[in-house]
Amino acid sequence: MDNQALLLSQWQFAVTSVYHFFFVPLTLGLSVLVALMETIYVRTGNDLYLRMTKFWGKLFVINFAMGVVTGIVQEFQFGMNWSEYARYVGDVFGAPLAIEALLAFFIESTFLGVWIFGWDRLSKGMHALAMWLVALASNLSAFWILVANSFMQAPVGYAEQGNRLILQDFVALLTNRYVWGQFPHTVFSGFTTAAFFVLGISAYHLLRKRHEEVFRRSFQIATVFGIFSIFMVILIGHTQAQRMVEFQPMKIAAAEALLQTENPASFSLLSLVDQASMREIISIRIPRVLSLLAYNRLEGEVKGVLDLQQEYQARFGPGYYVPDITVTYWSFRLMVGSGFLMFFLAAYALWRVMRREVTQSRFKFLNIYPLALFLPYVANISGWLLTEMGRQPWVVYGKLRTADAVSPNLSGGMVLTTLIGFTLIYGLLMLADIYLLAKYAKAGPEPKAADRTLEEQVYWE
Amino acid sequence: MDLNTLWFVLIAVLFIGYFVLDGFDLGVGILLPFLGKNDTERRMIINAIGPHWDGNEVWLITAGGAMFAAFPLWYATLFSGFYLALFLLLLGLIIRGVGLEFRSKDENPLWRRFWDWAICVGSFIPAFLWGVALANFVRGVPINAMKYFVGGFADLLNLYALLGGLVSLFGFTLHGAVFLTLKTGDPILTRARKMAQKVWWPTTALTVAFAVATYVFTDIYQRLGVNPGPVPIGAILSLLVAGWFIYQKQDGWGFAMTTLTIILAVSTIFITLYPRVLVSSLDPNFSLTIYNSASGITTLRIMTMVALLLVPFVLVYQGWSYWVFRRRITGRQEELHY
Repeated sequence: MDNQALLLSQWQFAVTSVYHFFFVPLTLGLSVLVALMETIYVRTGNDLYLRMTKFWGKLFVINFAMGVVTGIVQEFQFGMNWSEYARYVGDVFGAPLAIEALLAFFIESTFLGVWIFGWDRLSKGMHALAMWLVALASNLSAFWILVANSFMQAPVGYAEQGNRLILQDFVALLTNRYVWGQFPHTVFSGFTTAAFFVLGISAYHLLRKRHEEVFRRSFQIATVFGIFSIFMVILIGHTQAQRMVEFQPMKIAAAEALLQTENPASFSLLSLVDQASMREIISIRIPRVLSLLAYNRLEGEVKGVLDLQQEYQARFGPGYYVPDITVTYWSFRLMVGSGFLMFFLAAYALWRVMRREVTQSRFKFLNIYPLALFLPYVANISGWLLTEMGRQPWVVYGKLRTADAVSPNLSGGMVLTTLIGFTLIYGLLMLADIYLLAKYAKAGPEPKAADRTLEEQVYWE
Repeated sequence: MDLNTLWFVLIAVLFIGYFVLDGFDLGVGILLPFLGKNDTERRMIINAIGPHWDGNEVWLITAGGAMFAAFPLWYATLFSGFYLALFLLLLGLIIRGVGLEFRSKDENPLWRRFWDWAICVGSFIPAFLWGVALANFVRGVPINAMKYFVGGFADLLNLYALLGGLVSLFGFTLHGAVFLTLKTGDPILTRARKMAQKVWWPTTALTVAFAVATYVFTDIYQRLGVNPGPVPIGAILSLLVAGWFIYQKQDGWGFAMTTLTIILAVSTIFITLYPRVLVSSLDPNFSLTIYNSASGITTLRIMTMVALLLVPFVLVYQGWSYWVFRRRITGRQEELHY
């Protein structure tokens, strides 16, 4: 095995996964919002909702294409770079991936094609139904891929056979308590992403007093959708943190920079740890709060990094079992911090909306919302960094180390070639994608029915 | 039939589905800069496959997932062994897909020109590489006793495999040209038909050459004998008949025949393989088979139930989407969504 190939493969997986997950959450949420808008249009016949559907639908489609093409890379990489992983867990891990494709991707891709091209070929109801199917399938696909990921976090339902894992209990895979935290957390994060996407772009136009009818309504819908979603994200996130204490104590210890076991355990306000010497450089902690988070009580033991390291050496043999504390610690804080910021912003927006003050002149701090568009992206990416980097050195927790998962036939040069290739092409595509999104977002919706030219009229019928 | 064989057949079916469906998408993509003389014409060509390309590509994603689930060792050895080839394939599929989606979303002629060529190159690369890959499946690649690929990229680029690459490249281009004769109006229709007639000759010559080479470079003679049976012969015959229909301007029949050619040709590959999935060029005993690379019985049983339950639905709604968009694209503004 080639050490360079391992390190570069890890970088490649990180780069391509983070990149892929720029697009996925928006798909999860915006599909639902567009389907909602179109349904209101079908039921009321109000042209306003048709214009909203078309405007947000166009942005949805631009974003969706990027998710599709980067998604295939994800599926292929498990075999390309991580063939030892594929050999070891393929029996268990492959099934949810295949089901995801068969159950979700076919529906998603077919009906999105129907939706984009079917404006003049389908009844209005059927057309709206197509977007609902896209929304349903996208969120179903999230379930199956997270069943697979949850197996890596908290393996269940398997038996060991020789040097690989064999699926024993499929139901256990689906009822894995880990996935029932991770799945709703991810889906509601996707909904939150879409809500802040719509809030940000709507605020941008409201500040310039353009297309106020369309964007006031969009802002209102996104506010309600957003406050509910971010509330759920935080609520479920709290449960997940508690499960992390149970399933992966090392991850929470690293995320809290907790070196020694404490009871009651303290919550870190600011910590700097020198991981080489395992010394705290700065440590400001609030007593008892981590116990409160972990157990809903003011006391309770949370194990520290050093004790866990000793425990793991006894259990798994000699080795270093501590993830990168700095990355884990800060990604946890970035995720939670931007999550709460979004909660306050959504709550404030809700208050303004309920007072019917969604116009530029009466809405103080409306100019924050275009900037807040970045918050869900920060939260999504840091959340995955915490989940995946906090699990290291394991790829399948307690079962297989990342270092043992890499394809044995790869050389550093091969992986460097593909890493550079993917990074360049992804960078280029990101520029094109942002250019298009910005262009269509700024252009605003099409004109009202009465003002459309004859040519546009034909198109719209 | 045991479950291992059933999954071998299912994966063959998924690949056949992918090659038939995305095969014409790739062909259309390759022909895009050559058949479309102006912007509207190019948009006609793109819109002919617009509603379908993404759904067609899912056949490949599903085939990959099914390999992973049913034969993890096949998936692991193949994907790591064909590393750089798959990287190129992915790059092709990425710029093709994004190109189709982004191309008409900006008016700038340079932007459109750029993406037209991205679509063309992004279709060309997979169309060529698929033939290379399939030829290597049957020819054999260096796999050791531990079922590890021990070769390099250069091992995949042998003469036989490169010939296979040309066959798939020309075959998909032909298939795409015939597809356009069904889905577009003039002037694309006439041009596509002429192109199909032109491409048919090299496609046929290359396919016959490849069939002969298969007797030289693989163990097909030991396995099937001098008379390989109805499937490979049918593949050649249907290609000949396709040519006749294309020249008779019987476009529907022409398309049916190129479809049949792809079905029978890919079936031939899988029949030659069975029960192996990846032939070892080092020692026949090292080959991966549907037994030594398979998942356990629990996984195969569950996957069988899932597949039998879902595949009929997929066929129905994907078929329905082709019915919805059955009309020819004639270039009216309201048909052009891409």
